[in-house]
Amino acid sequence: MGEVIVITSGKGGVGKTTTTANIGTGLAASGLKVVLVDTDIGLRNLDVVLGLENRIVYDIVDVTHGNCRLKQALIKDKRFEGLHLLPAAQTKDKTSVTPDQIRELCAQLKKEFDYVIIDCPAGIEQGFKNAIAGAEKAIVVTTPEVSAVRDADRIIGLLEAAELHNPKLIVNRLRPLMVKRGDMMSIDDIIDILAIDLLGVVPEDEMIVITTNKGEPAVLDNNSRAGQAYRNVARRITGEDVPLMDLEAETGLMYKLKKLIGFK
Amino acid sequence: MLDFLLRVFGKDNSSSKNVAKERLRLVLVHDRADMSPQLIEDLKEDLIKVISNYMEIDENALEVNLDSSNNTVALVANIPVLRMKRTSNRKEKIG
Repeated sequence: MGEVIVITSGKGGVGKTTTTANIGTGLAASGLKVVLVDTDIGLRNLDVVLGLENRIVYDIVDVTHGNCRLKQALIKDKRFEGLHLLPAAQTKDKTSVTPDQIRELCAQLKKEFDYVIIDCPAGIEQGFKNAIAGAEKAIVVTTPEVSAVRDADRIIGLLEAAELHNPKLIVNRLRPLMVKRGDMMSIDDIIDILAIDLLGVVPEDEMIVITTNKGEPAVLDNNSRAGQAYRNVARRITGEDVPLMDLEAETGLMYKLKKLIGFK
Repeated sequence: MLDFLLRVFGKDNSSSKNVAKERLRLVLVHDRADMSPQLIEDLKEDLIKVISNYMEIDENALEVNLDSSNNTVALVANIPVLRMKRTSNRKEKIG
């Protein structure tokens, strides 16, 4: 029996879809059977982030409305045997599916897969309620900004009210140099405010833009710092104890200078 | 210049991170004071149960609200009393 994990944030644009794609790919890369479910009906994006947009035939609404069998709607990734996507519908809206239908869908999927990872839409309305309906665990993504942390706090309250206890936090797009300068909230500051467990810290990384352009998750790129962070997150999800990576390493002018002179 | 030095050595409380933290703290005091209506109803019921041991109250006129002002949150209850009781109804009252 697999595990159903929802990835949520409240605020849009903090990296839910990127996180879903990378965690899913990371888990599949270590040989696990993973299905990623895009519940952002009307604004589907997980397909393009994964580079699978040309292969969609059926979507989540087709499945819940019985237009096709679940198996028919699942898209197999070309890179990893175990990775699958259940895409959202693009021409419908959030009310085309109900929380009960998603709960039933998740129950079916977790019989087949080790991990069912649900990409939640932004907001706290129907789309959010759909996305969390079948989940057993929740991951909250935030960035070190007032607006994103505020929304994360609200989401944590709503998850608690929905009996999804102990959500885990991913802080995305952290800029270590700005933190050092005192111009960005640190991990400790954010944990202090939200009071939940930290699952991972993903540094700001241009590679995310580049890999997303190509439709290849950064987690596959050994040179990407964000990719490394996501590999660590994926390992932590499987229960491995992985220390936080040294965020200050290999960044900054001083390091480059030292490296140039030969101090490191 | 002094400003710059203070920031470099992390002694400056007005660094934008601290501003962010303080603003966030204030915003969350208000956000978190938003109790769900269901929870407020539950609280009302419990309050009525406890208070009814000591006095008769007008249950329909009972008002319970969370009031957030001045960066603090207070539970404000307005409970009209109809009649006092001479002895309490607590079962374990004598011990």
